[in-house]
Amino acid sequence: MAKKIFQRPKYLKKAVFHYCPGCGHSILHRLVAEVLEELDIGERTIGIPPAGCAVLAYNYFDVDMGEAPHGRGAAVATGVKRTLPDRIVFSYQGDGDIAAIGTAETIHAANRGENITVIFVNNGCYGMTGGQMAPTTLIGQNSTTTPGGRDVKRDAAPIDLSEMLAIARGSVYIERTAISSPKNIRRTKRALTKAFKTQMAGLGFSLIEVLSPCPVNWKMSPVDAAKWIDDTMTQTFPLKVIKDEVGKLD
Amino acid sequence: MSKKVLMRGSQAIGEAAVRAGCRFYAGYPITPQNELTEYMAEAMDGLNDGTFIQAESELAAINMVIGASMAGARAMTSSSSPGISLKQEGISFLAAQELPAVIVNTMRGGPGLGNIAPSQSDYFQATRGGGHGDYRTIVLAPASGQELADLTRTAFEYADKYRSPVLILGDGMMGQMMEPIVFPEPIDVRTFSPKSWILDGAKGRPSRIILSLLLNPPEQEDLNWRLARKYEIITREIPMSESYMTSDANMIVIAYGTAARIAKGAVKRVRELGLKVGLLRPITLWPFPNRPLKELSRHVREFLVFEMNMGQMIDDVKLALEGRGNVHFYGRPGGIISTPDEIAKTINSIYHRQHLEED
Amino acid sequence: MKKTVFAGFGGQGVLMMGYTLALAAMDDGKEITYLPAYGAEMRGGTANCTVAISDEEIFSPVASSPDYAVIMNNPSLIKYESMVRSGGTIFTNSSLVTKTIGRDDISVIRIPASDIAKKLKEERITNMIMLGAFVAQTQLTSLDSIMNALSEIAKGKKSGLMKLNRKGLDTGAEYVLKGAQV
Repeated sequence: MAKKIFQRPKYLKKAVFHYCPGCGHSILHRLVAEVLEELDIGERTIGIPPAGCAVLAYNYFDVDMGEAPHGRGAAVATGVKRTLPDRIVFSYQGDGDIAAIGTAETIHAANRGENITVIFVNNGCYGMTGGQMAPTTLIGQNSTTTPGGRDVKRDAAPIDLSEMLAIARGSVYIERTAISSPKNIRRTKRALTKAFKTQMAGLGFSLIEVLSPCPVNWKMSPVDAAKWIDDTMTQTFPLKVIKDEVGKLD
Repeated sequence: MSKKVLMRGSQAIGEAAVRAGCRFYAGYPITPQNELTEYMAEAMDGLNDGTFIQAESELAAINMVIGASMAGARAMTSSSSPGISLKQEGISFLAAQELPAVIVNTMRGGPGLGNIAPSQSDYFQATRGGGHGDYRTIVLAPASGQELADLTRTAFEYADKYRSPVLILGDGMMGQMMEPIVFPEPIDVRTFSPKSWILDGAKGRPSRIILSLLLNPPEQEDLNWRLARKYEIITREIPMSESYMTSDANMIVIAYGTAARIAKGAVKRVRELGLKVGLLRPITLWPFPNRPLKELSRHVREFLVFEMNMGQMIDDVKLALEGRGNVHFYGRPGGIISTPDEIAKTINSIYHRQHLEED
Repeated sequence: MKKTVFAGFGGQGVLMMGYTLALAAMDDGKEITYLPAYGAEMRGGTANCTVAISDEEIFSPVASSPDYAVIMNNPSLIKYESMVRSGGTIFTNSSLVTKTIGRDDISVIRIPASDIAKKLKEERITNMIMLGAFVAQTQLTSLDSIMNALSEIAKGKKSGLMKLNRKGLDTGAEYVLKGAQV
């Protein structure tokens, strides 16, 4: 009998992703679903999708999903987790959502050490609204609201949210990864696994920042977008474990 | 039955909330309602299944309540006028996502930062939605310590029954004043049948979604129709008011909350002078108690609306009267509490100007 | 219905006097309201509260013309002297309230409560001396009801303080009932 070596993960619905060609969300959704399945926590997981491209994540994840207002993912997740402490709660947020309009909620959830997992998708732009400058847009990077490229004097420098969150006393595990190559995708999955395990062990706030391609708004081919992450984006946002007070987890 | 206790209004709401099974509270300090936040901190600390969070902002507080409500808890937040403005985003989401929650507004003078004195400046905001979108919020307006306790229980019941945010609209005086209160017996919500829509993990059932984004216009229209039908049912089922000396009255004063207490004192005073004046006190501000007003308008021509603002509820009174009768207004904004004497003089002046018959 | 304003500096036990009176009257079976001044007003260092006691429903808890005022310092006298209704009574802690009262349509009862307390070497009970005098004069409640209210507030703790409170109440009551011999 033939052995099935690739199939739809248990916690992804039978649905076709609406995401643009080459977008990182589809890959990241799959990775999260795989991790939930491998850790066998899908039936006790509640996901909090953001406002932004991933707002429709509830059409894909086959777990309980409760939509948060723009930027408030960490606060909504806090409410769910405190009410049901034995459930697994993750928020899935874009860079505008988490690092601009939701900065306060995120920093304070981290500082309180809320036992939740935050998935922070950094694609350097507001995707859903058409490619405006995000807090994470690189210096010189074009966007519809930074004519001629982001200018530090005019538009400020990109914000290092993950590094800021690492300072917060309640955060225990923060890593920045990318989905730009098979190797980075595997690394992302390892990070996600560790983040969820951190929550399962009740250790506190975990966050994985994922550099993710947005070829349409970057006006690049998917291949060039992946390469741009590795060559350019990682110069500003280096891939690394930013904080690890967790150590090795079984 | 519980013993009669003397308690501050804000704390009475807290105690009544705990007895109504509230197990989640998130709030942010703002005067004049800090006693409620402090009470909940202490009360939740004493429960093994209670959560209190002092949030980093009003926005965070209401969003934590959204999360707790999604997870099935009876959840509450509270604030005062400027803080309630900040919470409006979340209240709109609660309405759209059909999530139960209780929100307490201890009103103070406004607009802007205003002051911390008792006021009724937020009637429009409370009854017209406040946040964006096509929705309604149930609004309860207690006028005594006992009613604060009773209506807090009612608020949680309505929130669950109609899956809707419910606003308790008080003011600085209601919050600070102490009155004797007999609390309803505590209930254990764990004995209730579990809510069929909450997010607690899709174990042995299909996964659930609680959302408010409906990109497809027909789907959004469906939600709006569903909400409208729900609001129709609420409008039919819950309007509440108190009538005081209205049966033979030829002039009616309409006031709610603190203003209604003052007005009641004034009505009693002018009755002693032989003026046939009654009081209608709306207890639900939305839905507004249209029916008793409509019925009164069959034999009463003069109506005086008294509010601690420059005229907000008067719009609802006029809508309820559908053009019948003369609607007068007396208002004291800015956190001034009128005296019954002041209202009595106003009643007297209108009464005699309109040549109304005395006893 | 009788309305009483208690006013003085923060720390003089002004709110405690009002609260105790309200609780005692409630336990007597009366309708009551207790309204403390709050917020920024409180932070100014002055404290005041209004207690309404009635056999019937109380409408406004605010006293625009109180029947009684218990005044613990000069600023409070300035604030409330003109408000007390004609025929009403002002009780002053005359050890501290030195300003003269100009009205002749009200009664004034002067209790040197701070001096009495000093003599008893218990300055903590100044407010109890005032309250005892007030209750003995107005009969709005009884000293026993006040004692019950106090032990309810203390929840059975601090029995030493209870004895002291009783002493303060009795001394104040005696002062007004027997005339100024203490």
